[in-house]
Amino acid sequence: MNREALITTLKKIVKPYIQDEEAFANLTEDTDFINDLKINSANLVDVVLDVEDEFDIEIDNDSMEQMLSVKVALDIIESKLSQ
Amino acid sequence: MNKQRIIELLPYQPPFLFVEELSSVSENGAEGFYTFQEDEFFYEGHFKGNPMTPGVILTEVMAQIGVVCLGIYLIKDQISKEETPKIALTSHEVDFFLPVLPGEKVRVVSEKMYFRFNKLKCKVQMYNEQDELVCRGTISGMLTGG
Repeated sequence: MNREALITTLKKIVKPYIQDEEAFANLTEDTDFINDLKINSANLVDVVLDVEDEFDIEIDNDSMEQMLSVKVALDIIESKLSQ
Repeated sequence: MNKQRIIELLPYQPPFLFVEELSSVSENGAEGFYTFQEDEFFYEGHFKGNPMTPGVILTEVMAQIGVVCLGIYLIKDQISKEETPKIALTSHEVDFFLPVLPGEKVRVVSEKMYFRFNKLKCKVQMYNEQDELVCRGTISGMLTGG
């Protein structure tokens, strides 16, 4: 899966949890889940669990703590998929 | 961790402590009881001249017994002597089937769906003394050892 396709899938995953529609419409790799999309910490856990299911990967605590932006999320997904 | 210690660690006190007894707690779920006293503060206003337990209070009882007590058990190894656990309700979805009147005793049963990255999500049911389902739903919260 290329980077573009990953972003499309990730957008689909985060959509139910966002508060800021405009930030979501303009989502880029620099978008921050909490500060830009206004996802709360409990729903960020749901995003991570949905990512695990979608890509059949396991996210550990260290990765979870870093997964605050689209870019880092994509990097982590790519690295787990290549393992 | 014993059940009495879990109740001591709850960050609530009357008139908002809704755990009377914790009958069982494990890695997978919890069960406990609460008896609504005739003079609970909310009966004066809910409803006018017709006291009945508010749904938000039933939800709170389910959360305190089914999610918070279970959560404290699950993070028992992180809890220090000086600090109490930090908790926050993050979502709930509950269906109600029967009213609960002053003096009734209810039983709450919860089943852990997952506890990951400090978020605990549970399926929770409440039964009355006739063992009839009063309400059920899913409740989530975040918690850390402090």
